Amino acid sequence: MNLRKYLKVYKKFLHTSLASELEYKTNILVDLITAILSLVGSIFLLSIFFQNNGYIGGWKFEQALIIQAIYTILNGITNTWFNPNLTEIVKHIREGTLDFVLLKPIDSQFFISLKKINPSGFLEIMLGFFLLLFCIRINQINLSLSFISLSLITISCSICILYSLWFFISTTTIWFVKTWNAIEVLRSFLYIGRFPLNSFSFSLRVFFSIFIPIAFITTIPSEVFLGLSQYWKILLEVIVASVFLITSRKFWLFALKFYSSASS
Amino acid sequence: MAQNIIDVKNLSKSFDISSKEPGLTGTIKHFFKRQTKSLKVIKDINFEIKEGEIVGFLGANGAGKTTILKMLCGLIYPSKGSISVSGYLPFRRKENFLKNITLIMGQKQQLIWDLPPIESFYLNASIYDLDKFEAKRRIKKLSEMLEIDEELFIPVRKLSLGQRMKSELLAALIHEPNILFLDEPTLGLDINAQRNLRKFLKKYNKETNATICLTSHYMKDITSLCKRVICVHEGAISYDGKLELLLKKLSPVKEILIVCSSEEDAIKLENSGFTVKNKNKNEITIKIENNSITSSLKTILNNFDIEDLFINEPPIDEVIGKVLIKKDYDI
Repeated sequence: MNLRKYLKVYKKFLHTSLASELEYKTNILVDLITAILSLVGSIFLLSIFFQNNGYIGGWKFEQALIIQAIYTILNGITNTWFNPNLTEIVKHIREGTLDFVLLKPIDSQFFISLKKINPSGFLEIMLGFFLLLFCIRINQINLSLSFISLSLITISCSICILYSLWFFISTTTIWFVKTWNAIEVLRSFLYIGRFPLNSFSFSLRVFFSIFIPIAFITTIPSEVFLGLSQYWKILLEVIVASVFLITSRKFWLFALKFYSSASS
Repeated sequence: MAQNIIDVKNLSKSFDISSKEPGLTGTIKHFFKRQTKSLKVIKDINFEIKEGEIVGFLGANGAGKTTILKMLCGLIYPSKGSISVSGYLPFRRKENFLKNITLIMGQKQQLIWDLPPIESFYLNASIYDLDKFEAKRRIKKLSEMLEIDEELFIPVRKLSLGQRMKSELLAALIHEPNILFLDEPTLGLDINAQRNLRKFLKKYNKETNATICLTSHYMKDITSLCKRVICVHEGAISYDGKLELLLKKLSPVKEILIVCSSEEDAIKLENSGFTVKNKNKNEITIKIENNSITSSLKTILNNFDIEDLFINEPPIDEVIGKVLIKKDYDI
């Protein structure tokens, strides 16, 4: 893989998608306001849960706020990259425009996963980051090199798991043509990621850890922030993320053999 | 002698198609249990295309033309048989193979809708690893050939269909491919836009010696661009050869309208042994076989007093139409 070429193409992707989005100023403004209101709403909702009881699943409000911050960062990443690109896969397959992607001398997964960005998602990422900094302060977390490395590793793994799940579902469009509903279900499960895993019953914890690994996406990075995480959990998250990423890649290459293109 | 650039042997393709009965019951049945059957859309076809050739694929809707093009450019895996394009197996989609080909579809577009075409051109240039100066040079050259200038800087959504198609062509040719697959490129274009596109393709072929595989329902595209045609009928090739020969075989006679000086001459001509289609006063329409047209005209001009003469070619759409609808047309 020619890294220089891919960086150059990605720079072009950024440029063209920013230029496309900036054509519609009002839309960006509405998205920015929505992001701020959504975060305020989520924090308010979380505070209501903690109003009567200071703890949920062994987590204090200040600690649970870390999960909210990580969720906001991940949701920002979802809105910046996954939503504009991965939902487009369904359209590409339905309308046959995937043909143009497949005939370009560039990795098709790279192209369809990163071609577009939604700039308003950046604000969410920034808001999440500021909230995280605030949480670090109120929870009196010491910033050490190992802490920063582990946080980055676990958050990167969360992004990989989320991306792979979404990409996997979108890929099934090659056979099922319409998979909007499955993506909506995935998005609804992600909302669950705003709450600590321990706040759910045992059976739900198993479900969200094994079948739909939402737990890995927010809870483990949050545990790292609070110094509650055990190394085996971090290692497990790295393994899960790698397996998901490799599987989604293999699955995409396998699915392309069944791509029949839309009729003209 | 030009080399074969495309080589297709015993190529077949089958698709699993599901069918549904009409009505609510049919819909419910279809939801729970789909009746699928394997449909062979391409049936053991063989052909070769030489470098620099322009070949037209003719066939009715659903005959399999687009499926053949899509297999040639590597979008669809063949069920059986072999394809070699420029020495590559298309469905492997190797980088060097993809840098050599392009696919243009009249009904689909790759340009970024909200931005001027120039942005899509530079994006494609980076995908094909062209530096900025080379990309600029190619855009300038192609835009001159396509006669587009200001349109390059207007958002795609504001361009006319003709301008958009020209921009699509530029986007698809920026990497200077030597094999072009064109699927109904003139679809929906007005007559002038169609003519300009054909002019461009001819020029491109002449200047670069690119091989062009073209499907079109507009016969003018085929007659002005292709010397060779491949007729596809229900997934099989019913004719592969020169267009001129096909037309001669399908339409062995020409109609000649002769305006005689007097009605007496017209009556004389009517009784001279020619096949008469109709007669109106001093005007008479006769049918003459293509191979005897020169000698017959000589006889007529020498023996009758003729005021005027018109040779009517049967409309090509009508002639080709015969190939497309007849199941076992003996060409």
